Amino acid sequence: MTAAAEPRVVRRETSPVLAFLGRRLLGGLVALFVASILIFAALNVLPGDPASVILGRNATPQAEAVLTKRMQLDRPAAARYADWLGGFLHGDLGLSAVSLAQGQHETVWHQISGPLKNSAILAAIAALFMIPLSIGLGVIGPIYSGKAVDHAISILSLGAIALPEFVTGSLLIGVFFVGLDWLPPVAIVPPGANPLDNPSELVLPVLTLLFASLAAGVRMVRAGMTEVLQTEYVQTARLNGVAERRVLWRYALRNALAPSVQVLAQNLQWLIGGIIITESVFAYPGIGTALVNAVQNRDVTVVQSVAMLIAVVYVLLNLLADLVVMLLVPKLREPA
Amino acid sequence: MSDALRFLRTPSGAIGGGIVLFVVLVAALGPYLAPHDPTAPVGIPLTGSSSHAWLGTDFLGRDVLSRVLNGGRSVIGYAAAATVLAYLVGMAIGLIAGYTRSMVDPVLMRTVDVMLAFPPLLFLLVLIAGAGTSITVLIIGVAAIQAPAISRIVRTATLEVSTRGYVEAGIARGERAFAVVGREVLPNILAPVLVDAGLRFTYSILIIASVNFLGLGLQPPNSDWALMISENRTYIQLNAFSVLVPAAMIGLLTIGINLTGDAIARSLGRSYVPRTTRSVTS
Amino acid sequence: MSAVAVEPVVRVENLCLGLQSGEPVVDGVTFSVGPGEIVGLVGESGSGKTTTALSLLGYTRRGIVVRGGTVEVGGESVLGRDRRALRGLRGNTVSYVPQDPGGALNPSMRVGDAILDVLRAHRRGGAAAESVRAALERVELGRDPRFAGRYPHQLSGGQQQRVTIAMACVCDPPVAVLDEPTTGLDVLTQDRILAELRRLRDEDGMAMVYVTHDLAVVSQRADRITVMYAGRVVENGQASDVLERPRHPYTRALVEAIPDFRKPRALRGITGVSVGVGEWPNGCAFAPRCAYEQTRCHETVPVLEETVPGHHVRCLRWMELDLQAGERSNGRAAGVAVESAPLLEVSGLEARYRSSRSGAPAVADVSFAVEQGRCVALVGESGSGKTTIGRCIAGLHVPAAGTISFDGVPIAGTARRRPLEVRRRIQIVFQNPFESLNPRQRVRSSIIRPLRVLRRLSRAEAEREVGELLERVKLPARLGERFPVELSGGERQRVAIARALAARPDLLVCDEVTSALDVSVQAAVLELLQELQRDLRLSMLFITHNLGVVACIADSVLVMDRGSLCETGTVSEVLAQPSHDYTRRLLAAAPCLPDGAL
Repeated sequence: MTAAAEPRVVRRETSPVLAFLGRRLLGGLVALFVASILIFAALNVLPGDPASVILGRNATPQAEAVLTKRMQLDRPAAARYADWLGGFLHGDLGLSAVSLAQGQHETVWHQISGPLKNSAILAAIAALFMIPLSIGLGVIGPIYSGKAVDHAISILSLGAIALPEFVTGSLLIGVFFVGLDWLPPVAIVPPGANPLDNPSELVLPVLTLLFASLAAGVRMVRAGMTEVLQTEYVQTARLNGVAERRVLWRYALRNALAPSVQVLAQNLQWLIGGIIITESVFAYPGIGTALVNAVQNRDVTVVQSVAMLIAVVYVLLNLLADLVVMLLVPKLREPA
Repeated sequence: MSDALRFLRTPSGAIGGGIVLFVVLVAALGPYLAPHDPTAPVGIPLTGSSSHAWLGTDFLGRDVLSRVLNGGRSVIGYAAAATVLAYLVGMAIGLIAGYTRSMVDPVLMRTVDVMLAFPPLLFLLVLIAGAGTSITVLIIGVAAIQAPAISRIVRTATLEVSTRGYVEAGIARGERAFAVVGREVLPNILAPVLVDAGLRFTYSILIIASVNFLGLGLQPPNSDWALMISENRTYIQLNAFSVLVPAAMIGLLTIGINLTGDAIARSLGRSYVPRTTRSVTS
Repeated sequence: MSAVAVEPVVRVENLCLGLQSGEPVVDGVTFSVGPGEIVGLVGESGSGKTTTALSLLGYTRRGIVVRGGTVEVGGESVLGRDRRALRGLRGNTVSYVPQDPGGALNPSMRVGDAILDVLRAHRRGGAAAESVRAALERVELGRDPRFAGRYPHQLSGGQQQRVTIAMACVCDPPVAVLDEPTTGLDVLTQDRILAELRRLRDEDGMAMVYVTHDLAVVSQRADRITVMYAGRVVENGQASDVLERPRHPYTRALVEAIPDFRKPRALRGITGVSVGVGEWPNGCAFAPRCAYEQTRCHETVPVLEETVPGHHVRCLRWMELDLQAGERSNGRAAGVAVESAPLLEVSGLEARYRSSRSGAPAVADVSFAVEQGRCVALVGESGSGKTTIGRCIAGLHVPAAGTISFDGVPIAGTARRRPLEVRRRIQIVFQNPFESLNPRQRVRSSIIRPLRVLRRLSRAEAEREVGELLERVKLPARLGERFPVELSGGERQRVAIARALAARPDLLVCDEVTSALDVSVQAAVLELLQELQRDLRLSMLFITHNLGVVACIADSVLVMDRGSLCETGTVSEVLAQPSHDYTRRLLAAAPCLPDGAL
């Protein structure tokens, strides 16, 4: 990028870490703001009249008029957008459009709080395995470059990265349920129950999630490590007699970590995408299932709030990755 | 041309190319080979393999083999259309941003940043929730997901190539921007830009199939591999073929394309790794 | 310094290295290094010099295998040792200084820790911090006690290189291998590093093997010089002997190809291209390019013979050839100012880059003129703004202020806004020949383009002229059908010159056109440019950082320092009696041959 080559202005008395994070935070907020406009526009402006869309085949002029009034659709879109965003910032996600159409007043939060918790648990377990495994498997390959371990990791990950979650999930069900009958094909958690109460149900969803994201992570960590091992500082250290173990840890791995962190952040984001599909495969009552149901039911208020929440998580992950990278790369910690 | 096909001589290129050829042939010729009408019931639902229906019947009693033979065209066709559209748009944006280096550049790139800060599948679901389920929405949506990353790669490549002597010589001759880009820039950025085409095509297939699986893309009674998995997975114990065969077809297709792409990239001297699109130092 | 009497610290005998596929890379290399001796290992790209030097560390690049011979360092054999033994040797008995200091330091490690790492690899316990400080002091970085706590990115290129030197000497090894350690540095820093290395040798007695492609760099600092060509040592002896009485035609040609501002002369390039791995001809590898070659040279590989004690040469004809009697033509006619109308006039030029937030312009208030048929050199270090001036003249960068007049008429900043005639009459040749030709087009198409666009020739007329133009730059017409990848750097630069000549220009802007080329190729390209200038009455603006090149080609010179002109005058005035301090420092630091050299 050209910007990297530009001489940076020395800002007086500002910690570069804070300045950098401040810039990133600002960038994230701008991205979220633009995203909120796009989401709202896509759901409220694109198809024309939301009321008829939500009601679908049941639409009658009377029902539409009632729903228009309940959802305050007669007000200008900009005002409704402001209401929604203002409410969102205060933690008020509003009422479910479908429940309004049915004459009820169920809040969006009530609909998604349970699924949100379930999804968080699923994602956390997957991440817990994915992060150390990605780094471990990604680093081993280049160290044993050209050996059988390296080829095996390389080919397996190339294959795994290409499989969509619903294919992986279906194949896993085919093996572990239809074939071996070891594990249940679904992970149905009753409302209010803790998904951890029945851990065997979580095995296949976690494996499915791990499969693709782990492969992507391994490949990218591996690429970073390969690149670092070819740098001149690794060569110079070796040629001046520094012990191989020290070269691998302090010279190679240490410098491969920063790009790996970004890769892992990206992977966690993919995990979020993968979770939508995986939950559908196993009928797991998480936020992904809730979102898909809402899309099918055209529950625009639920869709826009869930989409916004996921976008926020996305941006937070980026920010967290930036922070860790700052701590790993000395060059970024100070003004040029 | 033999140089361009050099990748076929590597093991992963030969295997990957063979797999892709097989799946594409099945998808293209399948409809003519199918023994039954893919949308009409031919027997009792969810029977196993028989001489009448080699792969058994699905949950509505339709022939699984005929549905598999008919189910590949749509996903491959839509994915190809979306990928081509993404390249057209992404390359136009990237070339303008990279070559002019004017105010267009920062504005475009910030827009791209916002797009990249949004989960792709979520983007597509929101779009579908707003605009309804239709093939046009699906193709435009997938192209819109891919175009930003392409434009960014094109921009970087263009920026780099634009400082080369042959481009500057063209500018110094006073040639029009269109002529310089067409003659000097474009031919030299195609290779690095198209190296990822295989990966992007896989990704298009992946995401279109996923949307079909969720029931938000192609609608029944169409025969589509992803849709078949989604329809029959509840009954996987009764006729596993109805789920596992279409799953294997999708898996073979994406793995085959990935292997081929990897071999092509290697023969061009680059390791096939999806680049991180963000950079902390920028 | 004659150190032949004592036991050498490095002894390489009949070393043969090759690719796994069988092609030889290094063939029968023999040389030795006495204690405290600096040996310059000189050769063009592909000569096997780096491969040879790295073998002293027991290191071979991937794909290269040892075929035979012995390498002894500090009395210990290096080849065939296991990794553990090699690790004990490296840094302790023989250490390594890399080419690119910026890339050679761990970006996440404080420089003191990097030096400490090398120390810890070989010495247990003791006053480690003290040793690190001492090592930094030896490379003149000891003044600031906080220096050891800095990260590499906080240092200048020269400081980074001195840190790598400190790493290489912290364990007091008897010998160090230096792999082109000053190649990426500017002239002033290079000179300082060289002086420091010399001091390290004088004070601590560390012997050095200094690998370089530039004979001039080592000519004044090395005790002995070993010249390699196509994987073999062709000449080897005391530095003064090699430079003053070269016995091998290749060495002589190399010496004659060095542009030296103190001895301006017509440079003579070596014809042909240096051979790469796998292309070695039968017999003497240099024979195809040699001016003295005979039939037998193509049949027999000469052996390395001793001419006088300590001086070896690998040439069948060394006895009969008298290589010192080469005529010394005296370069250019003295730069007497001939009154002629200025073709190009630049006045009050100021240029900025949008990305520069510091606000300082890249070029500030620069005024000069280029007269008809004259060659003006624009000299400065990287970042001085000299290239920006060339780009402004070519219409590639719009000046922030000032005017550029061509033939008395002010011209627009962007090429598009200039009349066709002006665009045709001003042509530019770029620095990097590997990036200046479109790799997707045949040479012919690259040359046809300006003929069509700037001279409005028909396709048939243009096709006809291509051969003529290639001939002008001394390339065979059949090269027109090739793609740039099939050409060497020198050939590509000739094509780029032909492309510029196609427009029949009056003014040629040459932007560092030889800096990416080997010395022998550089001489040939300069020779060509001189001839073209004379025959076509071209005016030239020659941008370079090399004062030797200036002395060879230019009539007058402009010296740039940080964006503005600090000194102008005729070449003889400026080089003989520099008035500005910066010019004086540049001249003092410029690598040049010792007095007695050819």
